[in-house]
Amino acid sequence: MIKIENLVKLFGSKRAVDDISFTVGKGEVLGFLGPNGAGKSTTMRMITGFIPPDSGSIRVGEFNMLTDPIRAKQTLGYLPENAPLYTDMTVYGFLNFAAELRGLRGADRKKAVHSAIETCFLESVIHQNVDTLSKGFRHRACFAQSILHDPEYLILDEPTDGLDPNQKHEVRSLIRNMGKRKAIIFSTHILEEVLEVCTRTIIIDRGSIVANGSPAQLKAMHPDFGSILITVRNVTEAELREKLKTLAAAAQIESVKNKEEVVTLRVYPKDKNSSGLAAQMAELAIQSGWKFDELHTDDGRLDEVFRAITLPDTVKKSKKDGPVITVNV
Amino acid sequence: MNLAVRNIYTIAKREMGGYFTSPVAYVFIVIFLILAGVFTFPLSDFFARNEASLNAFFFWHCWLYLFLVPAVGMRLWSEERRLGTIELLLTMPVTGWQAIVGKFLASWLFLGLALALTFPMVITVNYLGNPDNGVIFCGYLGSFLMAGAYLAVSCLTSAITRSQVVSFILSVVFCLALVMAGWPPLNDMLSQWFSSGVINAVASISVMTHFSQFQRGIIDSGDIVFFLGLIFFCLFTTGVVIRSYRAG
Ligand SMILES: Nc1ncnc2c1ncn2[C@@H]1O[C@H](COP(=O)(O)OP(=O)(O)OP(=O)(O)O)[C@@H](O)[C@H]1O
Ligand SMILES: [Mg+2]
Repeated sequence: MIKIENLVKLFGSKRAVDDISFTVGKGEVLGFLGPNGAGKSTTMRMITGFIPPDSGSIRVGEFNMLTDPIRAKQTLGYLPENAPLYTDMTVYGFLNFAAELRGLRGADRKKAVHSAIETCFLESVIHQNVDTLSKGFRHRACFAQSILHDPEYLILDEPTDGLDPNQKHEVRSLIRNMGKRKAIIFSTHILEEVLEVCTRTIIIDRGSIVANGSPAQLKAMHPDFGSILITVRNVTEAELREKLKTLAAAAQIESVKNKEEVVTLRVYPKDKNSSGLAAQMAELAIQSGWKFDELHTDDGRLDEVFRAITLPDTVKKSKKDGPVITVNV
Repeated sequence: MNLAVRNIYTIAKREMGGYFTSPVAYVFIVIFLILAGVFTFPLSDFFARNEASLNAFFFWHCWLYLFLVPAVGMRLWSEERRLGTIELLLTMPVTGWQAIVGKFLASWLFLGLALALTFPMVITVNYLGNPDNGVIFCGYLGSFLMAGAYLAVSCLTSAITRSQVVSFILSVVFCLALVMAGWPPLNDMLSQWFSSGVINAVASISVMTHFSQFQRGIIDSGDIVFFLGLIFFCLFTTGVVIRSYRAG
């Protein structure tokens, strides 16, 4: 388990990380989201022992990173942001170097290096000099370094940055699989990635945690979550509204589109957590003989939730900038 | 093997490999040997001296190292900072001092190798006459220690900045100060204004003063302590600089 408590980091007078606490257990994949400059990398650098926090505590498994850094670091694997590499080495040389520093010797080292090469699809470049690698391959070489010693804890700062779609897919499924046995924290700007891989998501903004929950919970914070969209042909909007209003579970109705005799309405339920409304609407549609193109429950949109909770209020000029969402962490 | 020794060895090995995978190492060694030769033979009238010793050779070392050692040491930490690999290195299970010592030893060994390649000088004087090989050995020992001291200064300046050029310039300036403090013309000039006590105090922090003992064939523990102390001080300060860089 990685447990951090009341972490604070100041750069000059700027609070880059301002009182962050959370825990990640084995079997969890924690997605770390936040706008540029939110403090994600700074938090990760503190967890991995690269920079000391101004206050707070960091436990990695049974070790305290601040008082017992060597043993804490032994259990960690870390992919820093931008995947730094020694440019004067070959990929193979680099991985061997990293494995040696991880305390792997002889046959163990060979095995570890080869399995990392295989996992990260580096066979084609192992004897290539690092400074001639393409960006994606650099990233993969650095990623390989982080999993060499099969660490219990993995900290990955934007692991899919610069990868092609196939590699992104590979890395995501790798993270998901490894997450069954390890505790993983990874940061990303790709929201689908979060939905696909994470068991839990933390959004931080200006140094503080602004949301913490499963991806589904975060999506559910969207005001349209649980609302039902219906698209019907050859019925006027007025008639449609009239009928829908009679439904017991329906609350407010909003018009989405009305064009060439195709009407789309959004119906909000009285109770977001019950699924009664969709069934009632389907029944009504069949009874009334409507030709409906679409009837679908909106399960929220993570990007809009993200936008809503990380945009400063001053920037939100109009409703177009996204819904207003209030969060309690 | 002890874990600390193992880590230092691994880091030093990587650093050493870094020198030899680029042509820089070979260029450096060639330039070093040419300059050592130029200083010794044409500039010092080696043959006209008609003496079987390497005095003319060692005499120039404090000036020769002034530019060559910072050229070797300038990248030690500045390159780690520029590439960001410092983050990789220091989140591995190694301590800061292991990394500092490992990198330093690799470069020192490299300088030692360049110095060792001047062995034809020793053969030449032994062929031409009957030099005191003990004195020559002392000269080499002193020269090696002095190279280490210069290198430690470069190591420190390379930790201060991510630019190799700035690191090089700072290092040359610091090393120049260490030489000049004991440079006889400067000391003579200063003696017009200061008492001999002050002059001696200033001269005692100069690498030139301490190296000249070795050149005469005297191995004084005080001189060895001076060089090792200077190395220790610079490496320790490097650690402080790197810690404060990490703290932001
Ligand atoms: N060494 C440093 N010195 C001064 N300020 C710093 C330093 N490192 C980070 N900061 C500042 O701390 C804040 C947080 O930076 P951080 O790199 O953690 O952001 P991030 O969430 O990782 O952003 P991104 O999504 O762009 O990677 C930023 O305002 C940044 O300018
Ligand atoms: Mg970042």
